[in-house]
Amino acid sequence: MKDEVQTREDRVANLKGMGCSRKRVEDARFTQGKGNYVDDVKLPGMLHGDFVRSPYGHARIKSIDTSAALALDGVVAVLTAEDLAPLNLHWMPTLAGDKQMVLADGKVLFQGQEVAFVVARDRYVAADAVELVEVDYEDLPVIVNPHESLQSDVVLREDLAGQTSGAHGPRKHHNHIFTWEVGDKEGTEQVMENADVVVEQSMYYHRTHPCPLETCGSVASMDKVNGKLTVYGTFQAPHVVRTVASLLSGIEEHNIRVISPDIGGGFGNKVGVYPGYVCSIVASIVTGKPVKWVEDRMENLMSTAFARDYHMTGKISATKDGKITGLDCHVIADHGAFDACADPTKFPAGFMNICTGSYDIPVAHLAVDGVYTNKAPGGVSYRCSFRVTEAVYLIERMIEVLAIELNMDAAELRRINFIKKEQFPYTSALGWEYDSGDYHTAWDKALEAVDYKGLRAEQAERVAAFKRGETRSLMGIGLTFFTEIVGAGPVKNCDILGMGMFDSCEIRIHPTGSAIARLGTISQGQGHATTFAQILASEIGLPADSITIEEGDTDTAPYGLGTYGSRSTPVAGAATAMAGRKIRAKAQMIAAYLLEVHDDDVEFDVDRFVVKGAPERFKTMKDIAYAAYNQAIPGIEPGLEAVSYYDPPNMTYPFGAYICVMDIDVDTGVPDIRKFYALDDCGTRINPMIIEGQIHGGLTEALAVSLGQEIAYDDMGNVKTGTLMDFFLPTAWEVPNYETDHTVTPSPHHPIGAKGVGESPHVGGVPCFSNAVQDAFRPFGNRHTNMPHDHWRIWKTANDLGLHG
Amino acid sequence: MSNKMHIQLNVNGEAHEFLAEPRELLIYALRERLNITGPHVGCDTSHCGACTVTLDGKSVKACTMFVAQANGAEITTIEGIGSPDALHVLQESFREHHGLQCGFCTPGMITRAVKLLEENPTPTEEEVRFGMAGNICRCTGYQNIVKSILAAANEMNAQPSSSEAVGHNKVEAAE
Ligand code: FES
Ligand code: FES
Repeated sequence: MKDEVQTREDRVANLKGMGCSRKRVEDARFTQGKGNYVDDVKLPGMLHGDFVRSPYGHARIKSIDTSAALALDGVVAVLTAEDLAPLNLHWMPTLAGDKQMVLADGKVLFQGQEVAFVVARDRYVAADAVELVEVDYEDLPVIVNPHESLQSDVVLREDLAGQTSGAHGPRKHHNHIFTWEVGDKEGTEQVMENADVVVEQSMYYHRTHPCPLETCGSVASMDKVNGKLTVYGTFQAPHVVRTVASLLSGIEEHNIRVISPDIGGGFGNKVGVYPGYVCSIVASIVTGKPVKWVEDRMENLMSTAFARDYHMTGKISATKDGKITGLDCHVIADHGAFDACADPTKFPAGFMNICTGSYDIPVAHLAVDGVYTNKAPGGVSYRCSFRVTEAVYLIERMIEVLAIELNMDAAELRRINFIKKEQFPYTSALGWEYDSGDYHTAWDKALEAVDYKGLRAEQAERVAAFKRGETRSLMGIGLTFFTEIVGAGPVKNCDILGMGMFDSCEIRIHPTGSAIARLGTISQGQGHATTFAQILASEIGLPADSITIEEGDTDTAPYGLGTYGSRSTPVAGAATAMAGRKIRAKAQMIAAYLLEVHDDDVEFDVDRFVVKGAPERFKTMKDIAYAAYNQAIPGIEPGLEAVSYYDPPNMTYPFGAYICVMDIDVDTGVPDIRKFYALDDCGTRINPMIIEGQIHGGLTEALAVSLGQEIAYDDMGNVKTGTLMDFFLPTAWEVPNYETDHTVTPSPHHPIGAKGVGESPHVGGVPCFSNAVQDAFRPFGNRHTNMPHDHWRIWKTANDLGLHG
Repeated sequence: MSNKMHIQLNVNGEAHEFLAEPRELLIYALRERLNITGPHVGCDTSHCGACTVTLDGKSVKACTMFVAQANGAEITTIEGIGSPDALHVLQESFREHHGLQCGFCTPGMITRAVKLLEENPTPTEEEVRFGMAGNICRCTGYQNIVKSILAAANEMNAQPSSSEAVGHNKVEAAE
């Protein structure tokens, strides 16, 4: 047999299992233009939907006249709140326990808000009809600043008037949503009072947007004959969409099929449920025809899923030697017009309480106040686990500010405060149990890799040269050590709309030794079809190339909570491994029967079961698969299938050490990123090629957020950055090459030790770029300036510090 | 509609004729009329390059051109670059060097890169970065896209016949 001449290494290589840089199976269709994204879905008789949107930030709607639009040839329907009200669909629940208007009910609360939904023969007619809908507005005072909002007499959410309590406890003001408090307030205050050093710093983490290259959209098709609703859409959580659609529409869940086709990037933008989805469904029910809705880029930036918008104040105390003794944080969180954050139910500010970072801080306190303003709703996790970017930015800036106060090197300050290897599992002052880490090793490796000492010497020389008038360029060294918290999450404390955040995998082995596995997650570019097959290959001993991975069709995939918050590998990856182990357990019994030995006398070896002590006697997994379907085995059911629903015992805590070196032209404010070194520890590495690709991508999104990307409003509530002309997305020209590196500290509680990585580079990258900019100006008295550090703001920093002479 | 125009296009070697309103954009004519869905819409404002096609030998953003302006043109989209049995070197190279993730930018990227390498068969990294600056990718951070293009250039130069072998569907400049 050919098999027998193969060495063990050959057999391992043949599997293309975990740890190898397997090329992606998805690429064939994408490189040939054969992807199938939602806007590629075309159904017979399909109509097109388009929104009439509010030009105002805050206005009362006096009347809506749809007659001219309806009279236009090709227009089939125009829906307003009045049409949706009898179905009780003019408002919908948000994932955060609030509710949101599907179509404006009496007033509009942000620019770009959905007012009416036009359904027409094609997109051109729909766009014409949008222009013909006459809405009479009476403008109201606009509030775009949350601090102002908490002082204002203007009631933004009249529907909540008189409600002194919301989904997350008491409301202090009519524009206040919740207060979320964690930690030991008094203990922290006491420590601060007695500390050698206390520094306080306010910072604004500006509003931005995930802006995947594909916008959001859906195609709904109500089959009235069979009573079945099919919805294609850009859904990062298709099963959740099915459940929500069922609850809202009253259609039983088995009669709803939700399909996420190929998704052109998500980054958090495609977790929530948007009015467009609801309207396409209603329109399809009303017209009996398939209805497509795809937002354009401006609609995307103005209405679906902003991120951040956190006004943060940190207070940190330390001994004079730099040992941190306490941390106190307060956040005013601008949620816009509706609280539509996509956080687990019990966490209205996500995992912001990871803000003690990678440091052993004995006592801490955090309070977050959510506030309504006349801005778009959202508050999604843009390429991060829930609010972790905000938390890491806060602590990594506080460390820098403390270093300035103590006149200490910021790398050293980090080192002396790291949680030590032997302290894991480590319970943080704000209640998380960090699973594993070795921060000192990672930090030392990073500092050595970039020759940190040499860089500081060069920087000092540059400052001296600058002061002598020999150069107009400064050098910044940005440091960041981050700890992520991903893989939501244990069902005991994480749920979305009451559904526990487990995930799932179902495997079927075919008689000839190939397989299909279906998961409750959905890839948006992460390469699940490639990596999950690798996990399985290692677990069940069939080549990854013989395993199909399928996701995103609720009729076939097991229930799962979807892909965001880097949860696919920690949760669905674990489910995959566990389901694989069930397959293996049955395969072991079959092998023992075939080899005529006791179950315990065979052991798994790469792609086969061998008789212990007699490796020449074996059955390959292929043999076993065949036997499972072709042989009557006493006491064993035919077939080889397994399913696993995995409820993780804990989150996973990937970490990393990033260093950025930047030259800054003081006169133009233009930064030149000379070096970016990224060390990531995501535990067991499934596919290094894909990990590195994710790191490059996440760092580039971090560069964007840190150096220019912003959703900005003027005082009238107009969005100033509604197109890619004003909303910064870096091109190949602005982006450096990154150096990637790693250490491996497996998660002790995950079946394969993997922690997840897709979001780490964003979480760690944003403070790293920002710290580099700020570090360049540290010798001239800079303590903190707010992001985004676009050329103008950097120039202004230099100017404010008197560097322009 | 009364004001429809008679449009002729040659797309990927196939002739098409239809009536279209003058305001119809080329991208929608391709995607919705001709079901050529490789080119995507990422912005509608000429910034992202997801809709890039080759039109009479030039890289063009199909979202910012009326189909009426393209009347009579020869157009190549991603569907006309290589075939499942004979992939273009760039298509292989993007896979080999992990030059894509979600794949949404990829048709535009590869279509543009084919043109770039025709214009400059031996680009430096800088020239690739500059030449690709009209195409946005949100997933990859460009590092592996640049690598894919440089590797493809090397390979194409190493085997001079390859550009003919893979270029059978390629639209040559009009002259
Ligand atoms: S859609 Fe044409 S450039 Fe973006
Ligand atoms: S691969 Fe997703 S936008 Fe480029």
